[in-house]
Amino acid sequence: MKLVVMHLTGNYAVAWAVKLSRVKVVSAYPITPQTTIVEKISEFIESGMMDAKIVRVESEHSALATVFGAASSGVRAFTATSSHGLMYMYEMVWWSAGARVPIVMAIVTRTIGAPWNIWSDHSDFMSQRDTGWLMIFAEHNQEVLDSVIQLFRITEDPRVYLPGMIALDAFILSHTTEPVDVPDQSLVDSFLPSRRQPYTFKSGDPITMGNLPSNPRDNMKMRWDVHESLVAAKKVIMEVDREWGELTGRSYGGLIECYRCSDAKYFIIGVGAWVGDMREAVDMLRSEGYEVGLIKLRFVRPFPAEELAEVVRGGKGAIVFDRSVSAGSAGPLYLDTVAHLGALNVGVPVKNVIAGIAGVDVTYNDIAGVVRSFIEEIESKGVVSNYVEWYFG
Amino acid sequence: MSEISHILPLSKPKEGISKTGTWRLKKPVIDHSKCVKCLMCWLHCPESTIDVVESSEKFVEVNYEFCKGCGVCANVCPVKAISMVPEG
Ligand code: SF4
Ligand code: SF4
Repeated sequence: MKLVVMHLTGNYAVAWAVKLSRVKVVSAYPITPQTTIVEKISEFIESGMMDAKIVRVESEHSALATVFGAASSGVRAFTATSSHGLMYMYEMVWWSAGARVPIVMAIVTRTIGAPWNIWSDHSDFMSQRDTGWLMIFAEHNQEVLDSVIQLFRITEDPRVYLPGMIALDAFILSHTTEPVDVPDQSLVDSFLPSRRQPYTFKSGDPITMGNLPSNPRDNMKMRWDVHESLVAAKKVIMEVDREWGELTGRSYGGLIECYRCSDAKYFIIGVGAWVGDMREAVDMLRSEGYEVGLIKLRFVRPFPAEELAEVVRGGKGAIVFDRSVSAGSAGPLYLDTVAHLGALNVGVPVKNVIAGIAGVDVTYNDIAGVVRSFIEEIESKGVVSNYVEWYFG
Repeated sequence: MSEISHILPLSKPKEGISKTGTWRLKKPVIDHSKCVKCLMCWLHCPESTIDVVESSEKFVEVNYEFCKGCGVCANVCPVKAISMVPEG
């Protein structure tokens, strides 16, 4: 296999993946730090490198509505946004999941106001977790490119038929250049079949989507089907990641990726770009003799509950890093983790660290420090005293 | 994989049960000699009560049982072939 390594920012990696996936309609509204994704796609189209239409709109609500309309009529469609843009889209996020229309959207994660802030935290992305979309978070720019292509394949699988969003951290990935292998068009074509979707709007065959159901129980069953399809997507995710691995030599463990977990007693759990720093922290702590491993959750939805439990079971503790908070409760990743580990009888103490909100920098030294005190506390007292800790650095 | 069926929020439109024609104060009357067959009225009618008939004397036809007299068709017709005439 021939590697074609280019130097790409995370945003350009998204644009390349969209081009390689032969997307036909793109609609978006500019918002920092997403804008350069759609700028790059317009350049591709303008220069004749990509055969697609860009639809300019007056808001993000219309951007997703446009993409939803295009996708309903039978083409691969894409949009991207961040923060306030995603908030403005929220209604259409639900509609496109309920309508079962495969769409891919990139979220360049950015703090939500007030006050104004353009740096990365995960509040925008994590606030979408009840909608019914597949949600994947990338650690680096290569994974960004690979995951966008994988996501088209997963969302259009008849066992799934749901839209999917991919998150990448503002600036840390979106505007940072890394070497990225850009696969051949022929390789991507062999991986991505032509567009599949549950129904298509076409003239001469009128159908209505979204009418009032005469029986609310039918409506409840539709929501149940969204949930069941997300759970069923786990199998599809594993298959797709494995196949991508065979084609490119790169796979990411499907739902979760473990780092130095096999003999670990303590587990760091996280998503996004700072997983890279967590790897460094694990190496540092290992060199000091701590038996620690890292579990990167690649998918937030479907939530990899059993997969996580299987790794953590038999350990002595887990520490979940959240870059957002469900204010008044705890970090969203932590809430999912403790709920499922508890229900699956994995009886280990689990601590939540809320850090990096509003783009506050968190280094591998910071992470190692927090994890070190967590392990020391469990080793000496057997319990966690402050189970939801805000870490300001 | 065609055996996978999802529960979809889809329905097939059929003729409505509420006769919105009784709401009408003004009625759209089409001057077929002016019609340029653009389908704008057909596309925009909120009651979907304009049918394409394509006969020798007319291209489109209003079903007055459901036409509520909103005037959208008259508004979008690019050649002003539709006029709104008071009822009764
Ligand atoms: S008046 Fe309104 S309801 Fe009647 S045919 Fe025209 S657009 Fe349709
Ligand atoms: S909008 Fe006017 S010209 Fe066009 S089809 Fe209707 S009546 Fe004819």
